[in-house]
Amino acid sequence: MNFDDTPQEAAFRAEAKAWIAANAPKQYEDELRKASLGRVALQGANILEVAKAWQKKKADAGWACLHWPKEYGGRGASPIERVIWQQEEGPFGRLSSMFIIGHGMCGPTMMAFAGEEQKRKYLPPLASGEKVWCQLFSEPAGGSDVAGLRTRAEKNGDEWVINGQKIWTSGAHYSDYGILLTRTDPTVAKHKGLTMFFLDMKSPGVEVRPIKQASGASDFNEVYFTDVRIPDSQRLGNVNDGWNVSLTTLMNERMSIGAGVATGFPELFDFCNSLILDDGPAIENRAVRSKLANWAVKASGLKYTSMRAISALSRGERPGPENSIGKLVAGSMIQDVATYALDLQGAAGA
Amino acid sequence: MGFLGVAIPEQFGGAGAGHLELCVIAEEMGRALAPVPFSSTVYLAAEAILIAGSDAQKQKWLPKIASGDAIGTLALFEGKGNPSPKAVKVTANGGVLNGVKKPVPDGAIADFAVVAARTGSSGRESDISLFIVDLKAGGVEVKSLTNIDLTRGQAEITFKDAKAEPLGATGEGWSVITQVLDRAAVLTAFEQVGGADRALEMGRDYALDRIAFGRPIGSFQAVKHMLADMYVSATLARSNCYYGAWALSTNAGELPEAAAAARISATQAFQHCAKNNIQVHGGMGFTWEFDCHMYYRRANAVALGLGSLSYWEDALIDRMRKKNAA
Repeated sequence: MNFDDTPQEAAFRAEAKAWIAANAPKQYEDELRKASLGRVALQGANILEVAKAWQKKKADAGWACLHWPKEYGGRGASPIERVIWQQEEGPFGRLSSMFIIGHGMCGPTMMAFAGEEQKRKYLPPLASGEKVWCQLFSEPAGGSDVAGLRTRAEKNGDEWVINGQKIWTSGAHYSDYGILLTRTDPTVAKHKGLTMFFLDMKSPGVEVRPIKQASGASDFNEVYFTDVRIPDSQRLGNVNDGWNVSLTTLMNERMSIGAGVATGFPELFDFCNSLILDDGPAIENRAVRSKLANWAVKASGLKYTSMRAISALSRGERPGPENSIGKLVAGSMIQDVATYALDLQGAAGA
Repeated sequence: MGFLGVAIPEQFGGAGAGHLELCVIAEEMGRALAPVPFSSTVYLAAEAILIAGSDAQKQKWLPKIASGDAIGTLALFEGKGNPSPKAVKVTANGGVLNGVKKPVPDGAIADFAVVAARTGSSGRESDISLFIVDLKAGGVEVKSLTNIDLTRGQAEITFKDAKAEPLGATGEGWSVITQVLDRAAVLTAFEQVGGADRALEMGRDYALDRIAFGRPIGSFQAVKHMLADMYVSATLARSNCYYGAWALSTNAGELPEAAAAARISATQAFQHCAKNNIQVHGGMGFTWEFDCHMYYRRANAVALGLGSLSYWEDALIDRMRKKNAA
């Protein structure tokens, strides 16, 4: 693995840097930079509108979903070029968080299983942020056990009729389309009776109810389906082959959630650099330094693990289970880091 | 096989390949728990001579190291504590050394040692200089020490007017030591990752083979989670090591920070995997006949050799602060 840019990569980086400097919504830079640990929100501006405007601007100049083929709204860039773009986009990349499901999971699934005409119709507006997509897998009775889902799809002529309920659907409340995993055969083993579709979230019979989280925000939803009709042409993969189709989605989910995942470490390090404790600067306290060092190597280990995954990807290998490490480690680390940042402040931390 | 001289230039009898290749060999050395004086000779003595040696010193020692005719080591520590110029009490005066070094890795079988000694009393780093001492010559007493790791020895070496030849300029010793420790930290981290991987494989194989309550113990979630956690720490360490290998082989400015991160991550991973391997093995894990304890011993001994975890934690934070300030 090499950490220096090749001459071509350096030229690509310079081009990206120059374009971002000339076009990024600079007025939000500070807010976005500070927003990394919590939810991205902007004072006095609608985040979705700002995000969509930035995404469209990128798409028009060829910087959206840049690793996608040109005919689907990308620029056919290499995985390494995509990483370089992400590094250069920096805090403005946080505006992409509402597109991550669509770009990271729905797009790759459509690319693998939709017809050519559909791909040319649906993928470019997905890349440009004009249409937002969500992923409808989890259900109340089976969160981790996705294959145990119960939402039914029954064939009726050229259409399928959907009845059931999904939950934990990120962004369903502002999504235009979704990919939907359903049960089409309840008589066979649970992995064998599933079928995948994509649908218009504005279809009659779709009801979206936001879930209020501990933070007070609503990122997830419950989604109810009552006699929702989907044309058979919007089926992804064969009937009862939905489990295989969903594995493509989930492998891509691991990649998109695992890579470059937030750990809270850079923020904690900055915080400790400025915090003064009773006995002097926090950064000079032995106990604090030991904690920081332990989190530092986890954060760098995660970063280089995702770089290794990208290297593997650029050699043509498929994303594998090692990409689960990001979510596994960062998920509990960010909790520990935040708890420690509060602890250092004593009662004022509350 | 030319392993000893893989990173030694051809003009000095080596293969002239580089440090990336040496990292690969280090990993396999660690995986096999090779009971040979490789790390002392190659990561410490040879690196010190490569960094600070005169042409004549390189001509004298490096071909012998590459061919396996000379075993070398670094005599730095003097009892308890981590690497520090203040801890160096051995004196150098008029071309002879006096004082005691311990522990010295592979000191009982080494032919020569690079020795850190005091040449000044200003209280600064520049008080420390390096010397090469022929350990088979007069004025040198060597005593083997018992240590946790049964596969690699440690010794106490007493110098009584032992003849010493300066290595590098007077007062430059500590700067060389710091560079040697950084390079050795990356190479040793690869040994640790190799050991961690092997401990994980042993645990996995045993979990698949051992039947309890009518099923392989690897089918129990408590065992699965333990193995998954071992895989995670070994993988994070390997990723930090690859970054370290890049910094080492390209002599990048990031080496000090990368070396500290690799060292901490690999030390933790090897200790974690070696410990959990014993747990997965149950009662058999602490018997003499199973190899688990050999890895556990190595994991805990190698965690100390270049300075303990707390030393490297401190070093990492210092280096990150320096980078931030820059």
